[in-house]
Amino acid sequence: MRRIISILMENEPGALSRVVGLFSQRGYNIETLTVAPTEDATLSRLTLTTYGDDRTIERITKHLNKLIEVVKLVDLSEGEHVEREIMLIKLKASGAQRAEVKRTVDIFRGQIVDVTSTVYVVQLTGTSDKLDAFIAAIGEAQVLEVVRSGVSGIARGEKTLSL
Amino acid sequence: MPTWVQNALLYIGHSLFEVKVVEKLSGAEMVVRALQDEGVEYLFGYPGGAVLHIYDAIFQQPKDHENKVHHILVRHEQAAAHAADGYARATGKPGVVLVTSGPGATNAVTGIATAYMDSIPLIVISGQVRSDWIGDDAFQETDMVGVCRPIVKHSFMVQRTEDIPEIMKKAFYIATTGRPGPVLIDIPKDKTAPHLKYPYEYPKSVKMRSYMPITKGHSGQTRKAVDELLKAKKPVIYAGGGVVMGEASEELTALARKLGYPVTNTLMGLGGYPATDELSIGMLGMHGTYEANMAMHNSDLILAVGSRFDDRATNDTSKFCPNAKVIHIDIDPATISKNVTADIPIVGPVKQVLGEMLTMLDEHSGKPDEKAIASWWEEINGWRKVHGLRYETGDMMKPQQVVQALYKATKGDAYVTSDVGQHQMFAAQYYLFDKPRRWINSGGLGTMGFGLPAAMGVQFAFPEAVVACVTGEGSIQMNIQELSTCLQYGLPIKIININNQALGMVKQWQDMQYGGRHSQSYMDSLPDFVKLTESYGHVGMRVDKAEDLEAAMEKAFSLKDRLVFMDIYVDPEEHVYPMHIADGSMRDMWLNKTERT
Repeated sequence: MRRIISILMENEPGALSRVVGLFSQRGYNIETLTVAPTEDATLSRLTLTTYGDDRTIERITKHLNKLIEVVKLVDLSEGEHVEREIMLIKLKASGAQRAEVKRTVDIFRGQIVDVTSTVYVVQLTGTSDKLDAFIAAIGEAQVLEVVRSGVSGIARGEKTLSL
Repeated sequence: MPTWVQNALLYIGHSLFEVKVVEKLSGAEMVVRALQDEGVEYLFGYPGGAVLHIYDAIFQQPKDHENKVHHILVRHEQAAAHAADGYARATGKPGVVLVTSGPGATNAVTGIATAYMDSIPLIVISGQVRSDWIGDDAFQETDMVGVCRPIVKHSFMVQRTEDIPEIMKKAFYIATTGRPGPVLIDIPKDKTAPHLKYPYEYPKSVKMRSYMPITKGHSGQTRKAVDELLKAKKPVIYAGGGVVMGEASEELTALARKLGYPVTNTLMGLGGYPATDELSIGMLGMHGTYEANMAMHNSDLILAVGSRFDDRATNDTSKFCPNAKVIHIDIDPATISKNVTADIPIVGPVKQVLGEMLTMLDEHSGKPDEKAIASWWEEINGWRKVHGLRYETGDMMKPQQVVQALYKATKGDAYVTSDVGQHQMFAAQYYLFDKPRRWINSGGLGTMGFGLPAAMGVQFAFPEAVVACVTGEGSIQMNIQELSTCLQYGLPIKIININNQALGMVKQWQDMQYGGRHSQSYMDSLPDFVKLTESYGHVGMRVDKAEDLEAAMEKAFSLKDRLVFMDIYVDPEEHVYPMHIADGSMRDMWLNKTERT
């Protein structure tokens, strides 16, 4: 099962490598990873997605919690949450294709953020599934380059991951 | 304001707020001063370029300084880490290591990993090349923080000299609290420069928002555990190294005696419960006693205390103790339900949790089921009669005899360190440890070469104590250079070299699983250990015959101020039994070369 683990940790050199190292050291996989400082510059928020059964996820979270720099963490997929990923995608767009690509971008509520006579750069935000669906709809033949941010997530309602 | 009022105010001010003069120190001086402030007696290390400033600060300590840190010069950095580790295991205090950058640091890695696997508090200070050279592949540069990431509890890289006092304080705090472990402090050379001085004030305490070790177990869980304990008909207490490290032997002993339940110890837990006590059923696991493994397999309740269901203890976990409920007390939540699912997990310090259990038992209306427990003991005593720990004597001396002679000569009261292999298992089986912190071995990592340097650490901690290192001719050669250190500091360690002219445990596996093909497991061209020892300035003895053994032991231990190396030739064909049959359950064992369960 896919899980989104969100970690609040000290914004210190080496902290990220300890989190990433833990996954390789103990044989777990990281599917996506995003990290940036929070409104409090001494803290970073790291969000990662991984696959595993309940037992594996429990082991991962226990080991993550043991890392000295990890302040708090939450498995977002345990409850209601909002998740988003941003994608920048460079597409072939010339001749008759241009209109077709533009229509598909509109349907997916994407934005064309760069245009040349033969290429569109499209920005698209949504769940990972939605981004996958867009690529499928456009057809891989059209795709020149894909950049995805990895998943960011936040719990719905009152629940917060903060100090 | 009139002058007299000002003066009066100043006077009050001065008496209220003592004027503090903050002293200025270089980074190197800060390191040494922090060690003094932590009450560190011994620093095990080896000098080199990147730590020369620190070594100079060590040299410049006033001779009569009451908290002077004594530096112990080893002959190889691995030995520095093991010696500090042995010191920590014997005393419960953190061991401290100082090594230079690059090879100095990487030589210590095996020692750090050894301490990590056995949860030993260690502070490792490694020099680093100057900060503006980091990343340039400078001379003797290694990314030590990177190398050590998976084998330390935490690590620090000093970025600013001013941070050294706080980092030192945090390092000691992290290493010694919660589940203990090694902490690395990597210090670039320029951060210890003698001419750059900064205010030094050692923090009195430390608080970290991201690290708050658990100090108390959940009482509700403990109560549930007590209820289960009283319901049990076939209980076993399975006690590990956490009991020793967590100073909980007293509580464990009180609990076991109050309940009258059998206690088995893990390799790391030996001495956590007195081995000569009638409730003790010995060590469990791969080379555990027949009765311990049978009792575990047939139990209906396992009280695991500070043990981690290691693969050497459990055999195949899918076949592990099929009828047993598991109560698991451990300070580390990640250990609970890692290998074997706990029915009642209790996260907390074993000492506190066992203490609370004792109180709850006193107040509990229930009592252990006397009839059931009596018939459980009958069953266990039946298994005891099988005598899993037995061996046949013959023309050649047996390794087990050597350990038994050692036990006799030291009246069972020595500090015994060991290396890794058959001799380690024989020592664990036949030396009956009645006190915690007496049995010092590399249980988790299984590091050959651990025994002698660890014995040095123990002897420094207890200069008057009898310290024996049980080793083999394979292991001892992995750190034999430390005989020189022992001479320098006059350490009267007794080395019991159980010499079977083979890498015994490897050979045993090859006998049992590889059709007797002894690939690279024999020791050809052994040195004359007696001459070797003598050339290092110690006493060497060779023992070939069983009938000479006891007298030789007596003689060796009568030389109280000398290191004695006893090179004892034993039967090279001997195997360690019982031995778990791979991928079986706890009860599946070889009892000797032909007989199995």
